[in-house]
Amino acid sequence: MTKEDANRLARAIVEVKERTTICRTCFNVGVGERCAICADERRDPTVVCVVEDPRDIVAIERTREFRGRYHVLGGALSPIEGVGPDQLRIKELLRRIEPERVKEVILCTNPNLEGETTAMYLAKQLAPLGLRVTRIASGLPVGGDLEYADELTLGRALEGRREVQP
Amino acid sequence: MALYRDEGIVLRTTRLGEADRIVTLATPEHGKVRGVAKGVRRTKSRIGARLEPLGHVTMLCWRGRELDVITQVEILEPFRSLREDLSRLGPAMTMLEVADQASAERHAAPELFALLLGALRTLSTSSSTLVLAGFLWRFLAVEGVSPVVDSCATCGCPGPLVAFDPAEGGFLCRRCRRGQAVGEESVGIVQRILGGGLRGVLGEGEHASDDEVERLGLLAVERHLDRRLRTAHNPLSPYGAGGSAE
Repeated sequence: MTKEDANRLARAIVEVKERTTICRTCFNVGVGERCAICADERRDPTVVCVVEDPRDIVAIERTREFRGRYHVLGGALSPIEGVGPDQLRIKELLRRIEPERVKEVILCTNPNLEGETTAMYLAKQLAPLGLRVTRIASGLPVGGDLEYADELTLGRALEGRREVQP
Repeated sequence: MALYRDEGIVLRTTRLGEADRIVTLATPEHGKVRGVAKGVRRTKSRIGARLEPLGHVTMLCWRGRELDVITQVEILEPFRSLREDLSRLGPAMTMLEVADQASAERHAAPELFALLLGALRTLSTSSSTLVLAGFLWRFLAVEGVSPVVDSCATCGCPGPLVAFDPAEGGFLCRRCRRGQAVGEESVGIVQRILGGGLRGVLGEGEHASDDEVERLGLLAVERHLDRRLRTAHNPLSPYGAGGSAE
């Protein structure tokens, strides 16, 4: 690496550190008070996708399937690690429901024990608010062979099967 | 490096690097095993789903200096009913934490393993509110620190037993009383759990003292392990955040 490259890299790191902020609404990483997604008026504010980490937003955005907004919890419930609801941004999510007229919350936490526990806990908290609460489906990766699937994923894919329209 | 096969129950997992996990398991032959499972956080991994906490598995491992390497895993029982019900998940996590704290690495612990597996099986099918309590009291017996429950732990008189103090070693009579006050029903239930009557107690449905029996068990186990059990004091547990068994 040349000295000029090293300086450019150092300047870029300093700039990232100085300019990036946490969005006050959804807690995504952004520039300014609101992130680009929350500031985008074309996005549907009535559908909120709940994720554990800002990196999950990047993954979902790559699908180009979702046009709603996000809420970053900042982790997942883990009783064994001592992570409880107070350490996550659950209160902030509940506070958004009424003013933003949210009609659907999609629970998009990781399909592991912590993520599932968080989804179950959130579903319980959101139930009295009278909105649609959904959980992302679990299934087989597109392009893969069925015979290589593990039995738990395949079992859940069978459980979540849907009718095929002729 | 030696290759070995054993069955195990996944106690906890910790992220390692980009896509790996350190998995801690309770096994009958090798005690607590800490192994690296490579690439399991990738969606393509075939064994990632099998190495989630609460999974009962058989596995093939390479023995390492500090951490073993888990290469093959077959699932025996996934205990889905425990994962998908918050009221069962809380007690199940406490059982895993107790097993994690009590077991030593690479020291065979077949009794503890059998107790944990039996308790998880019972929890997944039973509607009794005494399953965790049964596990905690039986755990003390397996560890060889079973409290004195048939007579006063201080003076040895037959009772009536009205208090419980783990520091004194068990239930106490009216004259020696200190620690927690306990009801007559709780004393009876604990005596039956430790006297071989656990199955009968679980089959009776709910007792008024179930919470107390569990709280006392937790108190005794926390004293034995000399630490507070995190999973027993969070909002998924009946005691709630910041609560205490004491």
